[in-house]
Amino acid sequence: MNPIVETAEQAKQNPEYLKALKELLYQLADDDLLISFRGAEWLGLAPHVEEDVAYSSITQNTMGHAVMYYNLLEELGDGKADDLAHGRKVEERRNGTYLEKRNGEGKYLEDPYYDWALAVVRNFFYETFKKTKLEAIANSSYQPLAYVARKVLMEHPYHLAHWKLWIQQLQSSTEEAKNKIKQRVLEAWEEFGDVLELGTLATDMRKHHLITIGEEELLDRWQKEITEVLLDVPNATLGKRYGSGRNGEHTADLVQALDTLAEVYNSDKSAAW
Amino acid sequence: MREEKDLIEELYSVLKTVDDPELPSVSVYDLGMVHEVRIDSGQVNIQMVPTFAGCPALDFIELNVKKAIEELDWVEACNVKFTLEIQWSTDSITEKGKEELKKHGIAPPPENYRPGDEWTVNCPYCESDYTSMENVFGPTACRSILYCSACRNPFEAMKPVVKPLPTNY
Repeated sequence: MNPIVETAEQAKQNPEYLKALKELLYQLADDDLLISFRGAEWLGLAPHVEEDVAYSSITQNTMGHAVMYYNLLEELGDGKADDLAHGRKVEERRNGTYLEKRNGEGKYLEDPYYDWALAVVRNFFYETFKKTKLEAIANSSYQPLAYVARKVLMEHPYHLAHWKLWIQQLQSSTEEAKNKIKQRVLEAWEEFGDVLELGTLATDMRKHHLITIGEEELLDRWQKEITEVLLDVPNATLGKRYGSGRNGEHTADLVQALDTLAEVYNSDKSAAW
Repeated sequence: MREEKDLIEELYSVLKTVDDPELPSVSVYDLGMVHEVRIDSGQVNIQMVPTFAGCPALDFIELNVKKAIEELDWVEACNVKFTLEIQWSTDSITEKGKEELKKHGIAPPPENYRPGDEWTVNCPYCESDYTSMENVFGPTACRSILYCSACRNPFEAMKPVVKPLPTNY
């Protein structure tokens, strides 16, 4: 059993521990930031008004989860949370590539032909993954992180239940709905792989008890939960078509997301709010 | 010289007047957000527990608490800090808090709620349980939107937030 690390100052004493901890925090923060950004782009465009309320509420709360991780990084001396969210370069980002993917064709302000099936499949896959990963972090050796994980796990059931309901209903709906979901599931199966990875420091994360399960078990648990809900589970190994976001590999879609997200920040980095 | 116990009591009575910006008349104390109040000579340190993580009102609450406490003439400065060591749950809301919520047309959260259970919500206006959920999500992260078929009023409810079961932490 690894000793509990109670404060940022304590974590800084061990460089190897600190490095693995930061890497894990960037994964958690960037994942929530990107899924929230894509969620925010749906504002006003959801299929009906009640969904607009629900999706934006989930998105706002998820952005709040990202803030908590960036705050932990700030405490560890990596700079201000705002700068970490807005200012880091593409190759420094650690989110899974599937989460940066555009919502569909068009742009938010110009013919946004977004695809609801993508939103449903992506959020269902992600929220299931988030639960699995956080359950393995709720007993993290880094106590401030364990507290955040426990907090998020209390709010998260509402998010997951929402997307589970959507996918269940669309899977038993019209032929068109069934097909659209099926196509997006097939697509996700080729792209979601890196989300389930812990990156190059996975071994250190496990060694220092930052997370209590490894990649294989993460994948197994996630797949088991997904399989209980999906009617058609692709019979293939999960792929990572765009490489591994955990290692800083990303697509042009992330560039577009960050340019939009940080437009105001970049216009005057020293502005006081 | 007044005793510390009296000073602490005075601080709590101030905290009972600082309202949640999105729920005027429901104090941060009654929402169960005050964790610990300490006095270190003229310095007051208050530890608070955030409700929902993504709640944009937290910064305002911090400011409002600080301002209200610093109005006491014996207080030199007040530090407010949010802690995550304790996880807020809807069980932390006081009886007075629940009554005040109702006056806003917001039904209080169910008591002794276990994750995954169904729950019924009584209308905060007429107390009828002939109600239906319109949207689990509402105008803020902590609220849902409902409709009362008895008195035909739309209303809101605090959604239960509790520790998931089973857990090993």
